[in-house]
Amino acid sequence: MSANGQIIPSSLSISDLPWQIRWNQDKCTLCGSCTAVCPVNAIELGVFRKREITAGLGLAEKPASSQTIRYGIRQRTSPAYACVGCAMCSMVCPNDAILPERNDGGDKLRFHINQGGQPRSRGGRRNDPAGLLDQIKFIRISMLTDPALDAGRHTFELNTLLGRVLEPRDALKHQREHGWMPPVREIYPLVIGGMSFGALSPPMWEGLQMGVAYLNEELGMPVRMCTGEGGCPPRLLRSRFLKYVILQIASGYFGWDEIIHAIPEMKEDPCAIEIKYGQGAKPGDGGLLMWHKVNKLIAAIRGVPERVSLPSPPTHQTQYSIEESVAKMIQSMSMAWGFRVPVYPKISATSTTLAVLNNLTRNPYAAGLAIDGEDGGTGAAYNVSMNHMGHPIASSLRDAYLNLVKVGKQNEIPLFAGGGVGKNGNLAANAAALIMLGASGIQTGKYIMQAAAGCLGSEQDRCNICNIGLCPKGIASQDPRIFRRLDAEKVAERVVDLYLAFDMELRKILAPLGRSTSLPIGMSDALGINDFHAAERLGIRYVV
Amino acid sequence: MCRLFAVSSDTPLSPMKALEALDTMREGHDGSGVGLFLRDLGGPLAAVKGSPILSGIFTEAGLKKLDALMMDIGFMTKYRMGIRLPATPPAGTPKRDIYLIRAYDYPSAWETLSETEKHRRLMETRLRLRKMGEAEGDMIVFSFWPDVVMIKEIGDPLTVGRYLDLDRHGLTARVILAQGRQNTNYAINLYACHPFFLEGYATMTNGENTAFIPVKEFLESRGFEGYMGFQSDSEVFVHILHYMERFLDLPLEAYKHIITPLPDAALTAHPNARLLRTLKQSCRKLIIDGPNCVIGSLPDGSVFMAQDSKKLRPGFVGGKPGIWGFSSEVCGLDTVIPDRDKTKDFQPMHLDMAVVGPDRKEVTVCRQTDRLSRQV
Repeated sequence: MSANGQIIPSSLSISDLPWQIRWNQDKCTLCGSCTAVCPVNAIELGVFRKREITAGLGLAEKPASSQTIRYGIRQRTSPAYACVGCAMCSMVCPNDAILPERNDGGDKLRFHINQGGQPRSRGGRRNDPAGLLDQIKFIRISMLTDPALDAGRHTFELNTLLGRVLEPRDALKHQREHGWMPPVREIYPLVIGGMSFGALSPPMWEGLQMGVAYLNEELGMPVRMCTGEGGCPPRLLRSRFLKYVILQIASGYFGWDEIIHAIPEMKEDPCAIEIKYGQGAKPGDGGLLMWHKVNKLIAAIRGVPERVSLPSPPTHQTQYSIEESVAKMIQSMSMAWGFRVPVYPKISATSTTLAVLNNLTRNPYAAGLAIDGEDGGTGAAYNVSMNHMGHPIASSLRDAYLNLVKVGKQNEIPLFAGGGVGKNGNLAANAAALIMLGASGIQTGKYIMQAAAGCLGSEQDRCNICNIGLCPKGIASQDPRIFRRLDAEKVAERVVDLYLAFDMELRKILAPLGRSTSLPIGMSDALGINDFHAAERLGIRYVV
Repeated sequence: MCRLFAVSSDTPLSPMKALEALDTMREGHDGSGVGLFLRDLGGPLAAVKGSPILSGIFTEAGLKKLDALMMDIGFMTKYRMGIRLPATPPAGTPKRDIYLIRAYDYPSAWETLSETEKHRRLMETRLRLRKMGEAEGDMIVFSFWPDVVMIKEIGDPLTVGRYLDLDRHGLTARVILAQGRQNTNYAINLYACHPFFLEGYATMTNGENTAFIPVKEFLESRGFEGYMGFQSDSEVFVHILHYMERFLDLPLEAYKHIITPLPDAALTAHPNARLLRTLKQSCRKLIIDGPNCVIGSLPDGSVFMAQDSKKLRPGFVGGKPGIWGFSSEVCGLDTVIPDRDKTKDFQPMHLDMAVVGPDRKEVTVCRQTDRLSRQV
């Protein structure tokens, strides 16, 4: 604090901040890379003046005082410039002279981050590293009565279905009578969840698309990726690669003018249409693309003016009931593609999930239901929505599946689960657990960002600045000076890496369970958990 | 591991023949139980062909309850096969009061009913009896169907056969399914012992169906009361067979396509790809998994053997016109049909289903990659 500084209620010291910069003067070369790269300007050049007193031993020499100046790094303490812990400073430092460290003492920043009456908003995820999915174990190991399979040698049928599957008698009747068969896609059970072009930078999106195309065309894995709400680049809409894409429509309808106009020119149908009604990270709240990220390109794709914030309304404004929201919209979207494309809603997990699901069972055009749990991620939301709103995915999905079992429609409406899958790195184990609880497939976004592009975010409130366009890795930024840090080709390589690794891990889970002929959807007898109440709630075995 | 033996013969055979075949495969089973399914009966039961036969195990008290109920419905006993038991059962076999094989005349009120309705009511009666017996354990009912007898017991198959003196009563059949092991994957329960029976269909399996729970949940939610029990993961094989023929109206050749559909690439190349894809998708919850060799018998008298998609269990089919055997091991065939041409023995592989029709002239092999018949 300077000599003439003033202490106000929101004056913070470095020890009040959640992240503290450790800087080593001996190693620092004063190159300035760290201050240049810091996305939030948390560090700046510091000029430190030091008074030095010299006092001789004898009387001849009088004590003297002098000043020395040295240059270094100063951490800013204003809430607006608090360090976010991304550690880009460490990454660019040639001498490893700087490092952010987490403050174990409990920060005070959280009480002052609402300056001007604005609650904190951020990107990222729920700041809670714990997760039930990681506690689930696979306990039904095949032993002598049904020998385990060899994950490396045997063949495994892992694909799943997306689309309304008819009841066997109806299916055969429609087949014989050449009636309408609802479109069904055979896809890989791990879907890249909706992350919009706009939230993500051009190289990130391009990298994901290239990775997905490679997986499909070179490796024969029918991987699909959802666009999120933000439209789709015009060239992709008119390319054969559109078949690998799930187009999302949400309450802002961003980009749909472009999409509708491209329909006559489409070479391929998209994989599916996802109607987003809710998102696990911010349930009951609409999407939000802050003005920082709405540049010329994004504005053109979304059909909006440049540099305006783009909030999607919490609900689809033209509709007032579940029948309208779901039935009419599903029908309209189906009709747009001549009933050749599956259309399904995505909702946030909620204690009212079953009301939506029951409605879908009566709608012959509903192609599935995606449920997004509280641990889902987002590009921008209020901190309170992310941390405190929402329903865990496991019980919401399980209730939905068992409800379908009760009415005998467990094969007819595929459930896709998302929200926190792989949040601690255990992607395949989490996905397999959800599949065995009843999910036909899994949607994941955060894991892809972390594994394919090196997203720095964590459940310990690290980074989380996706919303302001300053993503230090260039993943969630529209500023060319930043996103040039990300190489689309490298992202594509990582997408392929992570899918291949996932595939092997999934087989390593299924082989000991003796499953290879079909994806073990609803194989709940394979699951166990060391938590009695969770076991009861999910209808799986309690193991200690 | 279970060991299976089935035979389809123009000349009715004693079930002891099948038990002898099982005995030659002793190294492969633990002799912990036996299950027998007999169809197209010879001997004294040939005279009561159209009459439903009740098979089960009863206590004295259970028998009284049975008689009261049957009287109440209007069933009249037409023929009873009295099995006299030695004073002491063999080691490991529980002492039972009555092994019941009894043919009934249909109630007069049923005379005007269609065959389908009669059959439905027979199943309903069997399930009612089974339920009544569950509380006290005084009635265990295996089948109630015309021209079908079933026997199940804990203990070594051949020893149990001799204890029941199956030869003495002239009990013979043209189709016999025999299995040599009490189910040990779940609780010891005679209802968990193969073969399983439902409305004229019977199957037995060597292996374990690891997709049991999803398959079971799907069958239970079909709203058909016969899909119950599920004391064994293998019971679903007979239910799937029944569902396929009764509800989907599909012939036997579709069975493999339901339980172990072709992988996607092979499916695309199949001449009936469109239909098979529909079947694979809509019957996805009936896909079985794990090692399984299934032997079954249909109401028309056909017998078949089908393997899981990786062919993880052994299985042989062999014989000559007039008699064909289905066996887990070749020594079983050698015991019952030693004079066959062994070079023609067939081992169904992962895509195959071997079927011997009611005429018993030949073994037909349905390979999943073959074009389906027009019937489908």
